[in-house]
Amino acid sequence: MKETLQDHAALSDIFNQDEPRVNWHDETLWFVRTKRDRAVNTIPEWELLRETASQIKHNVLSNLSSYLEQFEANAIANGVQVHWAADAKEHNEIVHSILKKHAVNRMVKSKSMLTEECHLNDYLAENGIEVVDTDLGERIVQLADEPPSHIVLPCIHKKKEEIGDLFHIHLGTAAGEADPQVLTEAARQDLRSAFLTRRAALTGVNFAVAETGEIVVCTNEGNADMGVHLADVHIASMGIEKLIPERKHLGFFLRLLTRSATGQPITTYSSHFKKPRPGQEMHIVLVDNGRSRQLGREDFRNSLKCIRCGACMNTCPVYRRSGGHSYQYAISGPIGSILAPNLDMKKHADLPFASTLCGSCSNVCPVKIDIHDQLYKWRQVLVKEGHVSPVKAAGMRGMAWMFSFPAFFNIAGKSGRWFMKYFPFMVNNKLNPWYKEREMPAPPKESFREWYAKREKNKK
Amino acid sequence: MRVGLFIPCYVDQFYPNAAIATLQLLEKFGVDVVFPKKQTCCGQPMANSGFSHLTGDCDELFVENFAEFDYIVCPSGSCVLHVKDHLHSAKHPEKAKEIRTRVYELVEFLTDVLEVKELKAKFPHKVGIHQSCHGLRGLKLSQMSELVAPEFSKPEALLNMVDGLELINLTRVDECCGFGGTFCVAEEAVSSKMGKDRVADHVNNGAEYITGADLSCLMHMEGILKRQKSNVKVIHIAEILNAE
Repeated sequence: MKETLQDHAALSDIFNQDEPRVNWHDETLWFVRTKRDRAVNTIPEWELLRETASQIKHNVLSNLSSYLEQFEANAIANGVQVHWAADAKEHNEIVHSILKKHAVNRMVKSKSMLTEECHLNDYLAENGIEVVDTDLGERIVQLADEPPSHIVLPCIHKKKEEIGDLFHIHLGTAAGEADPQVLTEAARQDLRSAFLTRRAALTGVNFAVAETGEIVVCTNEGNADMGVHLADVHIASMGIEKLIPERKHLGFFLRLLTRSATGQPITTYSSHFKKPRPGQEMHIVLVDNGRSRQLGREDFRNSLKCIRCGACMNTCPVYRRSGGHSYQYAISGPIGSILAPNLDMKKHADLPFASTLCGSCSNVCPVKIDIHDQLYKWRQVLVKEGHVSPVKAAGMRGMAWMFSFPAFFNIAGKSGRWFMKYFPFMVNNKLNPWYKEREMPAPPKESFREWYAKREKNKK
Repeated sequence: MRVGLFIPCYVDQFYPNAAIATLQLLEKFGVDVVFPKKQTCCGQPMANSGFSHLTGDCDELFVENFAEFDYIVCPSGSCVLHVKDHLHSAKHPEKAKEIRTRVYELVEFLTDVLEVKELKAKFPHKVGIHQSCHGLRGLKLSQMSELVAPEFSKPEALLNMVDGLELINLTRVDECCGFGGTFCVAEEAVSSKMGKDRVADHVNNGAEYITGADLSCLMHMEGILKRQKSNVKVIHIAEILNAE
């Protein structure tokens, strides 16, 4: 992923220079939100489903170590090799070592946000191993040498004409070809040869069942199955929070996941992988990478309930108008903004501020994570830890000081709307960000307190 | 019943008519209203920016000003939500805790405490309701579009009692206007774009006025409407309910 020195606000400013494109991006994702609304409104017990799933995950997080041990024991009994990775580096090294053992230098990979989080593709490329992403959206951003902009819809920021141009260069489609049917067929043919020739396949994990040691992978394209069934080695990478206690709990999550994500009743494929077929090797890599630390943060541990549906992104009015890349983290949008600071507070200090705290994210969340409250709480933590510009800090202290002295407040009010002075955005000039696209409210002849004082006087 | 009138700092300074309408409206219903003169700010601008540790003095002042009243009423959902969620006092912890249960946004005070069933008000215009996020998702003044739950709307119920008023339907019923406190300057591009889109929804659906229970959002949308030299105006819901 390319690193920049610009923060979310600066990148959003660039994104907003093309307003028709912002409108298109906003409308596209809003359409997904409305599909979600239609789907969930066909389920009268929807809110109960959310609450139940949230409580199941609450149980998982409260007993994570024992569920992990149970899962590991069952997976090993099924003939799976289980690995533990403390961080991204260890994860990447484990995957590399498995591939090295089998002398594999080309691998197919279905969608896995964890491997994006760990920058696995870059690491393997540096070690001479080529990865082909087989989820269509992921394949498109891979060809464009970009990170995904959305966890469920990785190339949602791209128009079909731009995808046509990419395919023309990389897959040899006709110049100017932008018909989705034609482009999808070209990708299909190209991926088919990858599926048939790769000996190793890596998948993500949507759910891991402690009771049985199996993993469940949800895809719409069947690409996880194509990869795994044709490969000699299956590696499944999962965050340690992906566990659910029993198979029967899966029903709650499968009903919630895709309705929240895209408005579909269920993913086209919900594939269970329990044991390697004869002659195949199956590995599961359990990755911590900051999750234990987040589990220890009382205010933020619920963020680990996330099942990666992306509903919070689709509903977020800021995400829709700033694009996923402005977040500069594998998981963008509201959920990414409460996960990222756990990994690196300094680097991701801008993200909890990239929100109006409107709260729509918490309402669509299928596992009821209090996302907007956590954004508020992260702001308090980041300021206390010193990750905020000194100018802003001084301004805030000035404001707090003034509000604590009513007499000063009154004098300031009388001497011509103190607001202009102390809310720096309240001034009509070109340096004022408010004024760029908005007029100032016109100061009235008298404030309410002046009017009230007069009325009190006249009463006497 | 004695009510302490809590007028947010920017309403006092920029929108006195909304505050006057709030006071007059409450008095029409026979409420004894007092405006404690030493009030300043609830501390929300600081807290939402991550500086809640600096709001201690604001909080103490708020408790001193409002502890004596039966209810505290305020024509701004987001300030009320802040007090409800975050008011603390080292000197008077019990009083602060109690205030948090007695502070009401104007609309919910009218519908839930005074149980207003009819109004003498006239406003012959097409009006769009802006559901401010903190009033909507924090105070639950209306049902939220994300939930699978029965519909209701407290501001709509009151506006339906006003003679001649016609409510318009919006394409997106409860999207944020993008104000967000310091967000409006810290994230200027997205904030302005959100404001423009919200205003366009009202304008395209025929609103002459945009109303709501939170002036910060209305101030934001007014800024955009004025820049666009639009004839559409913003008006606080108290001013409509008090219009004769």
